Amino acid sequence: MKKVLLSLLVITAFQVNAQKYLTKSGTIDFLSKAPLETIEGVNKSVAALVDAQTGSLDFIVQIKSFVFDRQLLQEHFNENYMESTKFPKATFKGNIENMKSINLTKDGEYDAITSGKLTIHGVTKDVKQKGKLLVKGGKIVLISNFSVLLADYNISIPGAVKDKISKDVKVNVKCTLDPIK
Amino acid sequence: MNRLLFLALLLIQQVAFAQTDTKDELENLLSQEQKPVKEFVKNAFKSSRVINGHSMEFIGKGVLDFRILHRFGALNTGWRELFGLDQASMRMGFDYGISKNLTIGIGRSTFNKEVDGFVKYRIAHQHKGLKPIPLSLIWVSGMTMNTTKITDSKLNAFENRLGYYHQIIAGRKFGEAFTLQLSPTFVHRNLVDLPVDNNNMIALGVGARLKLTNRTALILDTYPILYGDHEGYNIFPLSIGFDIETGGHVFQLHVSNARGMNEKAFITETTQDWTKGEIQIGFNLSRVFTIVKNTESSW
Repeated sequence: MKKVLLSLLVITAFQVNAQKYLTKSGTIDFLSKAPLETIEGVNKSVAALVDAQTGSLDFIVQIKSFVFDRQLLQEHFNENYMESTKFPKATFKGNIENMKSINLTKDGEYDAITSGKLTIHGVTKDVKQKGKLLVKGGKIVLISNFSVLLADYNISIPGAVKDKISKDVKVNVKCTLDPIK
Repeated sequence: MNRLLFLALLLIQQVAFAQTDTKDELENLLSQEQKPVKEFVKNAFKSSRVINGHSMEFIGKGVLDFRILHRFGALNTGWRELFGLDQASMRMGFDYGISKNLTIGIGRSTFNKEVDGFVKYRIAHQHKGLKPIPLSLIWVSGMTMNTTKITDSKLNAFENRLGYYHQIIAGRKFGEAFTLQLSPTFVHRNLVDLPVDNNNMIALGVGARLKLTNRTALILDTYPILYGDHEGYNIFPLSIGFDIETGGHVFQLHVSNARGMNEKAFITETTQDWTKGEIQIGFNLSRVFTIVKNTESSW
């Protein structure tokens, strides 16, 4: 019995020490292409965490860290659309479902099926998305491109600017995660 | 049996522990080494002007703001003048943001054919977080030049056309919806119309904004005169308006008793009386152009 207990403890200890990957400077940019205007915002301080053992995947995106070429757009983005003082961050909490089939010790490009909860503007939705996971010299790179329908997250576009802001926004994720020592 | 139960409990506990641990692990990792940052207060006003007077807001580095201010005639002129809409007076101007805290601007008003220019500098910027400051402090200095024909040849000297103003704005955004600023202003005119007029005047500007929705706000802009007014002639300017934001424009619709559209003009040359219905409708239109691309986030 004692052996069982011991081995159990060892297993748990191993789980806690399982390899994790982290970045605080990942990139997420988005593109809104409307008939009259193309708007682009870039965030270069995205935080992401991958747990290789459980396959869990988390993102934290500070809304105020998005940079726009035009300051007025940035102001409106924060003030009118994302309401960044009320909802300072967007998050994703989920899993890489096929983590088992990804060999993190071997460089290469893998398909990653992710699912989880995406929270933007205070609204949480279940999402499932296919992305890419690159293994490069012990680091992992997460790449994903997807569309977000603004209405899904209670972000309304006033009539006056409906030709300037697209109803769905293309989001590109590229994060390079380093193993945590 | 007891032992098995104990083991099962231990296992459940472990799993539960592991789950709560990973749930906010990223958040914990981030907060561990997060340095406090200065969280600057933004959008205290929607525009760099309350209505007529300067606001505590800046247009930002590399931004050119093309401003058209338009004032109709007095409402009490009656239906023959379509309640003032037949008449118009305007100021056209350009403001440019040299840096985040420094703006310069020029403009020309049809009222007195006056050219004006100003420099506006932010001494302190209200922020939370690291070493918080509860209010913003701004210094503004401007100069005006009347370009009408001076008929009296004895008075026809360049310096007689000039006026100056200096202003300190102390403002604070209280929460998301309300902003209040006080702006003591000193105005000097090199030449005044009458011997009883004072060359120097001091007014205390009061500007307020109440946010109604994400794109609209109620605004108040008034400059009670503290010193130097010619009684029975000068009346303090009072403007009440409505900010509407549409994409790249800020549209300010208001009613006011002031005709002047620079600090010297609206402080020293306002003679219309609200109580007699001598007010007019006016609007300010602002269109910004990005000259230098922005590279800074909104922190």
